[in-house]
Amino acid sequence: MMVYVTLFIISALLLLAFIFFYTVNYMAQQTDATIEIEIAGLEERYKTGGITGLTQLINERIGQKPTGSGLILLADQNLSALVGNLNRWPNALETSDGWLNFVLEDKDFGEEAIHRARARRFRLLGGFYLLVGRDLHDLEMSQRAIAKTLISSLAVAAVLALIGGLAMTRSLIRRIEAINQTSNEIMNGDLSQRIPTNHTGDDFDQLSENLNHMLDRIEMLMEGVRRVSDNIAHDLRTPLARLRNHLDEVHKQSIKSGGETECIEQAVREADELLNTFNALLRIARIEYENRVEHFSWVDLAELVRGVVELYEPLVEEKNQQLDIYLAKEVKVHVDRELLSQAIANLLDNAVKYTPAKGQIEIRISSTQNQIQLIVADSGSGIPLAERGKVFQRFYRLESSRSSPGNGLGLSLVHAVASLHNIDLRLENNNPGLKVVLDFPRQDETTS
Amino acid sequence: MRILIIEDDSQTASYLCKGLNESGHSVDHSADGQDGLFMAMENDYDAIVVDRMLPKLDGLSVIKALRAANKRTPVLILSALGEVDDRVQGLRAGSDDYLVKPFAFSELEARLDALNRRLDTDSTETLLQVGDLQIDLLSREVRRHGRVLDLQPRELRLLEYLMRHAGQVVTRTMLLENVWDYHFDPQTNVIDVHISRLRGKIDKDFEKPLLHTIRGSGYCLRATN
Repeated sequence: MMVYVTLFIISALLLLAFIFFYTVNYMAQQTDATIEIEIAGLEERYKTGGITGLTQLINERIGQKPTGSGLILLADQNLSALVGNLNRWPNALETSDGWLNFVLEDKDFGEEAIHRARARRFRLLGGFYLLVGRDLHDLEMSQRAIAKTLISSLAVAAVLALIGGLAMTRSLIRRIEAINQTSNEIMNGDLSQRIPTNHTGDDFDQLSENLNHMLDRIEMLMEGVRRVSDNIAHDLRTPLARLRNHLDEVHKQSIKSGGETECIEQAVREADELLNTFNALLRIARIEYENRVEHFSWVDLAELVRGVVELYEPLVEEKNQQLDIYLAKEVKVHVDRELLSQAIANLLDNAVKYTPAKGQIEIRISSTQNQIQLIVADSGSGIPLAERGKVFQRFYRLESSRSSPGNGLGLSLVHAVASLHNIDLRLENNNPGLKVVLDFPRQDETTS
Repeated sequence: MRILIIEDDSQTASYLCKGLNESGHSVDHSADGQDGLFMAMENDYDAIVVDRMLPKLDGLSVIKALRAANKRTPVLILSALGEVDDRVQGLRAGSDDYLVKPFAFSELEARLDALNRRLDTDSTETLLQVGDLQIDLLSREVRRHGRVLDLQPRELRLLEYLMRHAGQVVTRTMLLENVWDYHFDPQTNVIDVHISRLRGKIDKDFEKPLLHTIRGSGYCLRATN
């Protein structure tokens, strides 16, 4: 912004300087022209009235305005003053074209005892010299006044430019801020937000409108995706459940009749797994699209983690794994208890599953002034760097884990839950093993 | 049991009626909320299964009206809405249990049994007994055949829930909801592991097992004769 103001001031300065020098030059030319006319008049009088007529005219002129700025002097061939309002021939160098610049000294001038003057020497036919000039004091005063006016107008213009620039910048910043704020809200999942427009049709308005159209389109597509997944749920879950229940009935009958049941039980288990997969998929979709932040409450993170750990402890013990827990106390987080519990359960589930027997698992909550961090780390096989971005995708499974049970949705759910809570979720190398880091946003219980 | 089903989807309704009839229950059906409320007020049912979204009067309003009229009949909500706050809404309205569609019939049956039993058992009881297994809820002491068993707090709560529902089938979901207060499906069946650990403590050294696995449904704690 300062660049523009500086540029503006420099241009204004150049413009005013041009005006000033042009004016000064014009005034000097005017003075010279007046002097030429006066000389022409006096010469005319000399031609018609001789030296007596000229002297008379000079005396008349002096009498008219004894204190005026006009200077006039008639001198003989030795440059001795004869008549005029200068008491002697000025002591000055003469330019080639007959112009003299000299200095006047007079006690009557007051404080500034010296006035600059400019005159033209003219040689009359009889050997007399005529000097006609101007006291430049008044002219210089006018020039100074013009300079002062120009400088003060420059100052005013600069201040106005600064104020205008600030106002314009502020309005620009405000509009960019509005776009930024809306974008943030949208990135936080509130797709219904739109960038405000002021209907002036300016560039910003057009940008905002284009962005809004884009958002409309995205929202429509998302709505489509949601509808598709809802339809999958509605259209496939229900018949699947019915199928499962029919199998159940068959199962009961074969128990009664003492027939083969193993095969049917297997089928029921598989139907259950499919249902679970659909349920998990729908749950992730709901978390991602519904953004149910209104059901958040303040919970003690350590207590929440302890609950999940308690649920999984027997699994850890069955594999003879070592579980180290470090839970910072009094760490309150604003979360959906159920969803966060499920996310942590999935992480712990994975840790137990992918860590060999007698391996180590660590859960740690640390809390500093700026950060609440939850770490779930294990000494298992880990996730290669190249795969880390992909494991959050639905149904994505590592080649090495395809044989183990699971539907490839566990980490997708963790990711969805983390996004919902504005948790920064990272996968790191635990050398060996996987370290899942969740950085919670610092929130103040009193402000929300 | 005498059961009322208020459900507008005819397919679900006929399936429920058929299944419950086969299990030996007597079933009435209503296809809208108004009619259903009327039937619930007029008769003494052992349990009511109500859909949330119904024509004329929605499920939650039916329950509220029932409770306002001081009808204590146990109510189970069947709903396609399964998030935690949907459940909370249902429970606040006065329902006793909440089952999300689609559901396994065995799950519904187990829950109805549990609801019906809830009326019979006295929750202020401090001594629970199944066969020769006893819990003293005041001293938190568990004994079997006179021998004191060492149980962890969570195992104790699990056992307490099983004992309060002794003789009934208890599903894994019911355990997860009531003992752990979670409403999601864990990826690995952790409940089975908890049960097997509990079994290791209460059944291992004794001749007759009390904790039985019901294939395809869940578990049942009962003294066999």
